[in-house]
Amino acid sequence: MQVPAPFEYERATSVDQAIGLMERLGSTARLIAGGHSLLPMMKLRLANFDYLIDINDLHAELGYIEPGPDEVRIGALTRHRELLESAGLAAAFPIFADAERVIADPVVRNRGTLGGSLCQADPSEDLSAVCTTLDASCVIRGPGGAERVVSMEEFHVGPYETTVGDAEILIEIRLPVRPGGGSAYEKVERRAGDWAVVSAGAAVWLDGGAIVDARVGLAAVGPNTTGIPEISAALRGREPTESLFEQAGAIAARSCDPVTDQRGSADYKRHLAAELTKRALRRAVERARS
Amino acid sequence: MQVTMTVNDVEVTREIEGRLLLVHFLRDVLALTGTHWGCDTSNCGTCVVLLDGEPVKSCTVLAAMAGGHAVRTVEGLAKGAELDPIQQGFMQCHGLQCGFCTPGMMMTARALLNTNPDPTEAEIREAISGQICRCTGYATIVRSVRWAAVHEAAAAARVTETTESAEAGEIADAGQPAGSVA
Repeated sequence: MQVPAPFEYERATSVDQAIGLMERLGSTARLIAGGHSLLPMMKLRLANFDYLIDINDLHAELGYIEPGPDEVRIGALTRHRELLESAGLAAAFPIFADAERVIADPVVRNRGTLGGSLCQADPSEDLSAVCTTLDASCVIRGPGGAERVVSMEEFHVGPYETTVGDAEILIEIRLPVRPGGGSAYEKVERRAGDWAVVSAGAAVWLDGGAIVDARVGLAAVGPNTTGIPEISAALRGREPTESLFEQAGAIAARSCDPVTDQRGSADYKRHLAAELTKRALRRAVERARS
Repeated sequence: MQVTMTVNDVEVTREIEGRLLLVHFLRDVLALTGTHWGCDTSNCGTCVVLLDGEPVKSCTVLAAMAGGHAVRTVEGLAKGAELDPIQQGFMQCHGLQCGFCTPGMMMTARALLNTNPDPTEAEIREAISGQICRCTGYATIVRSVRWAAVHEAAAAARVTETTESAEAGEIADAGQPAGSVA
């Protein structure tokens, strides 16, 4: 029987009350949302905390998807299932539904949250790759209602490490909306619902048949999910063609930093990074055109 | 700490440790051993119960997190002596062999039919894709859920028909002597 080490359970009644609790309890406390990453880690003693602060009652405050003309705002406690089922989100960013379909399984998706996924900061986590691809901003609230907004590059400071402080909460993700956009997600996994061996997200913005801008985000090939600016530079201003996608794939393969493990060799993962980048770009362009 | 929740429509209050998992609360504290406990890592899905109507893996939910909420386990599926259509389906279509995954499979199937009364085979397979069966190869489980869907729909249609004919009867019989309709 695997159970976490003993801890005190507290239930938050509002975001600011949760921040107050964390300010008082410091690094001995951790927030628990869906718990589907945190509890397994605590069972395995990879993580131990004296206090867990349950924020599930804050769903009314932090569980929302608000599509707008300039940006889509998503509350950090929005669950995978809600992200998968949101027609508004799928219309703006089809990459979300692509990714959600291959995250764990439907029962796990009933509990897991967007904010929890990002704060877990697992290098092979799908939504982190999606948010990296879409150039998301993360809204972090601290004591006294102070808020700061950081990019995905700033948000993740290492594997399983984020910039969120002991007395802070990630409350919202903001995704910029631009005209002519299309996006897609491709993942290779060992079995259904597993972590990625490698995955690639792509977002493109077209105008008059040419690529105005493009972004690629990779997971499981480095210490965190990785955006590759060199690909954006190579694609900007060009007509989308197979040979261009090929070129982007080659950049992805040489820009990433995979390790050989039981999921595959570094060479195999570089091959996947190239191929999945190509496929994701191809599909993103098709969607931008339709 | 003290936790109060509703389990199969009965309110229960117990003194528990914060780290107690919902699956152990159900099995060890409430002696509801119908919920099985398998892999401990949210993979096998044998511990699935409904939390406010949604299937969850109870080995990865703290009992404390269920406080104030409604839990339904396999023990709460039948209405007295009348088996749920899901349970009948698993009997009729041999949806189980060893029975280990069965409670979790049935709870997920119940939640599926509650939101989608006429699921396709693909939708059933998707719904149970987080649960492992090592005996039947899933074919008979899928068939069992389809059986339940068809029979539940037929039963609901019979109820509607009876109600409608009773209402139609009332209108047709306006002015007729009472008691002329069976």
